[in-house]
Amino acid sequence: APLHYQGSQRYGIEDALTPEDKVISHNNFYEFGTGKTDPLHYAQEFKTEPWQLVVDGEVDKPGSYSIAELINQYPLEERIYRMRCVEAWSMVIPWLGFPLSQLLEKAQPNSKARYVAFETLYDPEQMRGQRSGRVGGGINFPYVEGLRMDEAMHPLTILSLGLYGKTLPPQNGAPVRLVVPWKYGFKGIKSIVRIHLTEQQPPTTWNQLAPHEYGFYANVNPAVHHPRWSQASERRIGEGGLLSAKRIATEPFNGYGEFVADLYQGQDLRRDY
Amino acid sequence: MDRVWLTKAGLHLACGLPLVWLFLAVQSGAAGGDPVQYIIHFLGMGILHTLALTLLVSPVARRFRWGWLMRVRRLLGLWCFTYAALHLAAFAAFDLLFDWQLLLSEIVKRPYILVGMVAFVVLLALALTSPMAMQRRLGRRWQSLHRWVYLVALLGPIHFWWSVKSGNWEPALYFAGFLALLLLRKPWWQAQLRRWRRTPVTSS
Repeated sequence: APLHYQGSQRYGIEDALTPEDKVISHNNFYEFGTGKTDPLHYAQEFKTEPWQLVVDGEVDKPGSYSIAELINQYPLEERIYRMRCVEAWSMVIPWLGFPLSQLLEKAQPNSKARYVAFETLYDPEQMRGQRSGRVGGGINFPYVEGLRMDEAMHPLTILSLGLYGKTLPPQNGAPVRLVVPWKYGFKGIKSIVRIHLTEQQPPTTWNQLAPHEYGFYANVNPAVHHPRWSQASERRIGEGGLLSAKRIATEPFNGYGEFVADLYQGQDLRRDY
Repeated sequence: MDRVWLTKAGLHLACGLPLVWLFLAVQSGAAGGDPVQYIIHFLGMGILHTLALTLLVSPVARRFRWGWLMRVRRLLGLWCFTYAALHLAAFAAFDLLFDWQLLLSEIVKRPYILVGMVAFVVLLALALTSPMAMQRRLGRRWQSLHRWVYLVALLGPIHFWWSVKSGNWEPALYFAGFLALLLLRKPWWQAQLRRWRRTPVTSS
């Protein structure tokens, strides 16, 4: 369904957009299967109405919002971001969303709120991957993710409700997902039902599954390699067929260092990968 | 109709049709908007399946006393090499987009790719020495060279295991399957044991 939005921002990234058909047919969403096309095939009946997004934890004004309420309260804007998967492929996606900070400020975090934890819906009836370890890739559900407070409040961090001018397709994480453009794609948690502010660093699914491979921070960093993929270069998925993709160098913070590098002053990003 | 010819024709179809299917799936978009990993994985599984068929020939021939079946083994071995070559080519072409420097650094830095390359080099050596002329020229050494396929049977599933992000029940299954295929070669590994232990073992 079309979504109304005002303005579009690129943050200096002039790369060509990845075609919509590729954005909606090449997804990692293990709740529907581990194949890149499984979400497209198995998520179409996924019900996004009614939906409640709960914001609670170390806040003075916890709340629970329907998607309509979010759309009414927070004007959407288009954010054309690079999205870099840890598997060394990347896309450029025109997301529609609003800064996460606006939602968090409304909940009035208290002094103990130092991290933000996110949780995906747990509904094995609708999500075949949650019914069987074999189909769901052996990760434990519900999928959880987390951000440090300053990362969550950063203007680049958005909650996305759509892409290419329309509401999010189920395979892309409908009805609401997180998008953090300077981090690897797995930080962008899909189909969020709960945002929980905490004092301790929250667990994150891939870090729990393979701590030596996936970190809590997961900033895009060409200097820190992954056992399976060189992180120094990526295959940019764009127009055209198989051989039209381009192998390009990966930039620190996915090219958003200018906006986010100061978040990590004095932090050793080799240790905090 | 000669049963060897029939079996060979059947095996050519069984090994060749999946490639036709893959081509059609990619063309029709059924393999998704970005089929690179789909293609590489599909071809990788093709290697394991043709390798399993190859290793099944002699146990089956011995079990049913179908000596003629041994004449299809080379064909299966070469199909296995074909899938391996296509698998490597797809990785170099579609994923690395012919960035040969990156291919070299990936081989050195990514453990699972190093294991994959070792297995490929072995398969290449076996393919190069598969013609009858080579078999005659190498004589007895041909047999010991071609037993290196047992190493490929172990490296393949390990390569597969290390290449998946999670959910490694499938690679484990293949590893167990190939282990079983190797255990079928009882006379061979018993001989190895005897040689290692240097003590005469009374065979049962």
